[in-house]
Amino acid sequence: MKLFNLKNALILAALIAVYAIVQMTAVAGTLSPFYLMTLVLVCVYIILSVSLNLITGYTGQLAIGHAGFMSIGAYASAFIVVKMQGSLISGLLFGALIAAIAGIIIGVPTLRLRGDYLAIATLGMGEIVRIILLNTDYLGGATGFSVPKSVDWTWAFWIMVVSVVIIRNFINSSHGRACISVRENEIAAEAMGINTTKYKVMAFTIGAMFAGLAGGLYANYMYIIQPMSFSFLKSFDILAMVVLGGLGSITGSIIGAGLMTILSAYLANFPEMRMVIIAVLLILLMIFRPNGIMGNKEFKLNFLISKKER
Amino acid sequence: MGSAGDLILQQLINGISLGSIYALIALGYTMVYGIIQLINFAHGDVMMVGAYIGWFCTTVLKFSFLPALIVAMFLSAVLGVIIERIAYKPLRNATRLAALITAIGMSFFLEYGGMLIVTPQTRTFPSVFPQTVYTFGNVAFKYGDIVIVITTVILMLLLQFIVKYTKTGKAMRAVSYDKDAANLMGINVNNTISATFALGSALAAAAGVLIGVYFNTIDPLMGIMPGLKAFIAAVLGGIGIIPGAMLGGLAMGLIESIVSGIGYSTWRDAAAFIILIVVLLIKPNGLLGKNIREKV
Repeated sequence: MKLFNLKNALILAALIAVYAIVQMTAVAGTLSPFYLMTLVLVCVYIILSVSLNLITGYTGQLAIGHAGFMSIGAYASAFIVVKMQGSLISGLLFGALIAAIAGIIIGVPTLRLRGDYLAIATLGMGEIVRIILLNTDYLGGATGFSVPKSVDWTWAFWIMVVSVVIIRNFINSSHGRACISVRENEIAAEAMGINTTKYKVMAFTIGAMFAGLAGGLYANYMYIIQPMSFSFLKSFDILAMVVLGGLGSITGSIIGAGLMTILSAYLANFPEMRMVIIAVLLILLMIFRPNGIMGNKEFKLNFLISKKER
Repeated sequence: MGSAGDLILQQLINGISLGSIYALIALGYTMVYGIIQLINFAHGDVMMVGAYIGWFCTTVLKFSFLPALIVAMFLSAVLGVIIERIAYKPLRNATRLAALITAIGMSFFLEYGGMLIVTPQTRTFPSVFPQTVYTFGNVAFKYGDIVIVITTVILMLLLQFIVKYTKTGKAMRAVSYDKDAANLMGINVNNTISATFALGSALAAAAGVLIGVYFNTIDPLMGIMPGLKAFIAAVLGGIGIIPGAMLGGLAMGLIESIVSGIGYSTWRDAAAFIILIVVLLIKPNGLLGKNIREKV
């Protein structure tokens, strides 16, 4: 399979078209700032949900501390940009790096645990991070940490695209297949010679890294970050996106993140109603269609290329 | 010397009151986990509903403590069974992930649905007890402390009696040991699971009313933190083991009041989660848990 086949060229053309339309309408002023903000947030949440899908959907490890990694990335990048006068890109990379290190530190001990214990341990970890940030006055404490806005649509969109491509390629590599085998049957995978702990930690670390990257984007877009906005609720929001889209489907996660973010933006004035709708949606989804919108299938453009090239 | 000793003793008393409440909530978690291996995230919110029913009974209907407690326990038991029938029963054979996500969804539904109904404002629980404070030397304990401990002890004895000596209790133990075998022996598994939810929810409601009485304020999100901490208590004692939940709850309450007592009250919640992670790493089966080997 060639890198530059019709399919990839079409995807690239579609991406450029989406980017250009939004960019042009934003510059011309026809796109209101509210919609632009929603679109940037969609990009941030796509990174978060695709990276959580790598952990929960592909590797089968239920982690509900994703907002913890997001906050680590957000504060680390804000630290570089504000306190160290660093550039945006160095801030984002530093945030991703610190989140990845946190992923290793937390992943190595906790990934030995079985399913639901892991969920609780990651939840606890997220809360510990939040409490630490709440008590660190150097980084603003409870009042929040103001960061100048330097991320725009261009940054958010292309970082999102690169993240999704990297995660997709990881999943389609032999490492990714090993991760899927851990999800399907851990004992069988181990019997086949797969170092399950290694792959679990690997998926967890990559997921954490991209969550940190998304956190950096979020911090440099929102003017202010507060520990409260990275609570258990946010982890749950991200999990809901992944589940809605389909565990084990990247395109599903993208659809889920888009739908949920737009829904949240429209219901922003009714926060309670929003949570009730999300909760009911999740319960109904689990009972009637536990695979989410896409199941573990991908939306593919394979029909465009000839059989030989596949 | 005397003042330091008094301080420790004072924190012990606070810790026992708080720990009794955690133990009551933890019992529900542990029983449900023991029988269907599900972390019932909505349990803390059932406690919240119980607290609101108690509040309604004492302020609007002017009940005294005991009738309010009984009404709250009964209605919450019904709520627990309804939750189980609607949300968890269809997922009995689904993956654990699906069941866990449903439980989280249920928890949010109760929290924010509750917020829509009773508004997010905090409500003041009327003082149903005399505000008497007994002092022994420099150590003070409130009338409420005594009521909490006595109520908890009575409810736990009652639970032990139900689980050990009644037919339902026997069925519960059988189902948690082996669901299929229990079914073959003619035990109605569905009803037994519902009974477990009813018992657990009733205990949670009792805890909710006691929290309301003890701290005087209730709000729709009050269930989250005590719920999580009670779950940690259940894990600490060994999940699925009833005496473990009691022990874990008390330990949790004591640790928390000691952390507050030495002046780190903002780190109180972090302490709970650190304990959880340490327990999971060192002894994942809990203090009273047995090591069970995984069979292929």
